[in-house]
Amino acid sequence: MKKYNINHLRELESESIFIMREVAAQFENPGLLFSGGKDSIVMVHLAVKAFWPAKIPFPLVHIDTGHNFEETLTFRDNLVERIGARLIVGSVQDSIDKGRVTEEKGYNASRNLLQTVTLLDTIEEHKIDAALGGGRRDEEKARAKERFFSHRDEFGQWDPKNQRPELWNIFNGRKHLGEHFRVFPLSNWTEMDIWQYIYLENIDIPSLYFTHERDVFIRDGVILSDAPFMMKRDDEEVKRMQVRCRTIGDISCTGLTMSSADNLEDIIAEIAATRVTERGGRADDMRSESAMEDRKKEGYF
Amino acid sequence: MDETREFSSKAYLDMELLRFSTAGSVDDGKSTLIGRLLYDSKSIFEDQLESVKRASIKKGNEQIDLALLTDGLRAEREQGITIDVAYRYFATPKRKFIIADTPGHVQYTRNMVTGASTANAALILIDARNGVTEQTYRHSYISSLLQIPHLIICVNKMDLVDYKEEVYEEIKEQFSAFASKLAVKDIRFVPISALKGDNVVDHSKNMPWYGGGTLRYILENIHVGSDLNHIDPRFPVQYVIRPQSEKYHDYRGYAGRVAGGVFRKGDRVMVLPSGFVSTIESIDVFEEELKEAFPPMSVTLRLADDIDISRGDMIVKENNVPEVSQDIDVMMCWMNDKPLQPRMKYHLKHTTNDVKCMVKEIKYKVDVNTLNRIDDGHDLKMNEIARVTIRTTKPLFFDPYRQNRQTGSIIVIDEATNNTMGVGMIV
Repeated sequence: MKKYNINHLRELESESIFIMREVAAQFENPGLLFSGGKDSIVMVHLAVKAFWPAKIPFPLVHIDTGHNFEETLTFRDNLVERIGARLIVGSVQDSIDKGRVTEEKGYNASRNLLQTVTLLDTIEEHKIDAALGGGRRDEEKARAKERFFSHRDEFGQWDPKNQRPELWNIFNGRKHLGEHFRVFPLSNWTEMDIWQYIYLENIDIPSLYFTHERDVFIRDGVILSDAPFMMKRDDEEVKRMQVRCRTIGDISCTGLTMSSADNLEDIIAEIAATRVTERGGRADDMRSESAMEDRKKEGYF
Repeated sequence: MDETREFSSKAYLDMELLRFSTAGSVDDGKSTLIGRLLYDSKSIFEDQLESVKRASIKKGNEQIDLALLTDGLRAEREQGITIDVAYRYFATPKRKFIIADTPGHVQYTRNMVTGASTANAALILIDARNGVTEQTYRHSYISSLLQIPHLIICVNKMDLVDYKEEVYEEIKEQFSAFASKLAVKDIRFVPISALKGDNVVDHSKNMPWYGGGTLRYILENIHVGSDLNHIDPRFPVQYVIRPQSEKYHDYRGYAGRVAGGVFRKGDRVMVLPSGFVSTIESIDVFEEELKEAFPPMSVTLRLADDIDISRGDMIVKENNVPEVSQDIDVMMCWMNDKPLQPRMKYHLKHTTNDVKCMVKEIKYKVDVNTLNRIDDGHDLKMNEIARVTIRTTKPLFFDPYRQNRQTGSIIVIDEATNNTMGVGMIV
């Protein structure tokens, strides 16, 4: 008898494409949150596949902290050009200039938290009713409880104890005016799945993920990239190291790993052997036990 | 064996996915078991373990509380309970697993139902000291109602009954007698100790009398290829793709996920509700053309004739059509604290279709602990399950849930709050 089954990467792909098409069908004005990291690059790849040969029926939305790696921005612009997508940029610097947020001060200052305000303002300004995000349930324990279709009230807030039940593949995207949804098509993917899929589909990713030499300094055991806006303590000495990014956020909170991996197969082998989660290097998650849940409730990605 | 190398090999690209649900309360060792499966497959990382250790000490626990790994929300950690469904992931060199981990108490029936809705297998934990309990019946009944094809009965805490074969055999017998009432074809038993690791990943030296596979072996080898319906072709149209670009001026594709059967290029198909007949011209996935498509593939179908088709329509085969009706009986599980009552109206979602419906009658309720029918047609409260008759404003194209979980399921939504109120399995 013929076997009718597909492998797990194709099943995940198929599920994510289904979710993206649901979003296009159920909402008036969706947007795909794009950070320049591997997960959002996979999201764009899936969206291209979901609607081919038509173009992606929604814009990419980038929340720019102003502290991005240069490579991220170049990569973003080339990608947008290649697939013919529309790009919306929400700028944290603008929010600071307008007085919507105040910059954190001190050594651990990051614009990570400020992004939430810019994100919610951008969603409101462009009347986005469904924001597609690349969050995965394996990333963090608060994310493990997130729905595919995650409802946000008129203040953009998440109420984790009062989430809509989600069964089979029926997704309830009904909402009142002013409310919106966050949708996570990659919910069931793991970090390993993402890398394997990038390898399988030969997806282009920024050079930051591969080994390179960079000026860095070490704080609380985390290797951080040096940049003019990064304040350093007296004992934090800048040195040149052979590193790569395991995740890409903005410079202030992206921990680097010492690595000599210069191709996808080496990266995959490295991930398989590693004993620390990818968010273990994220300064933003280390603030407290519920750092992620607290930020998410306020409207974070 | 060096697992690292195996993961990095191309074999990983050809792994199957198995989704399984677990249900249980604080004491039955469920969290320990999940913790062990994750830990032994290296799916728990040092920083996660470190953070759980810190939290355990903070709570004054002497041992590491692995439940803290799965209880992600602040309220859950504070109260020491699992409120919601948590999804966990691990992979062995053979398969990738998704665990839907749910609380086991009767007031969380709705969470169990949610976790069970997409599962291929259910892990049912029985404490060897207590034998089959009300909770065992409840978990098994829900698994059966949600048509989970495989039940794995883990008789846990064997270390506390001196690894005695008689205890295991007695529980097996007790459960089998009850299981004859269930609609599950594949039931397996395995004696384990999650705490000590007996028969979880490695064969137990303490139970030489057990000749079957370890839990991980069972999970890795259950045949899931035939869990989906490959007989009755069903394609709910999800989205119409019309590029309107110069190159693809005339392209008109019907995007969706195959919900049943196999569709092949050249097949004669019928579109519901219009009844128009055409031929599949191509099955597209991105730039590739496929010869055939089957569940759970997301594809785009193009037809030879220009017919008016939109979201909510269903493409089927002429000689194999689903039921078409406005009067539908479902087994309804209620998810909201505002009860269902006869005459109430709701918004209803079925596949990619949206209609309205009215509740005509609550025929009987089911006691999830005993499977007995209760004659109570007054209302249906949260966590209760009943057979309910509804009438929809437009006909639905459906199959009985036991034939097809995708075309046999519905959800009902409150029109005022937009909350998902209940979920139904078509009888």
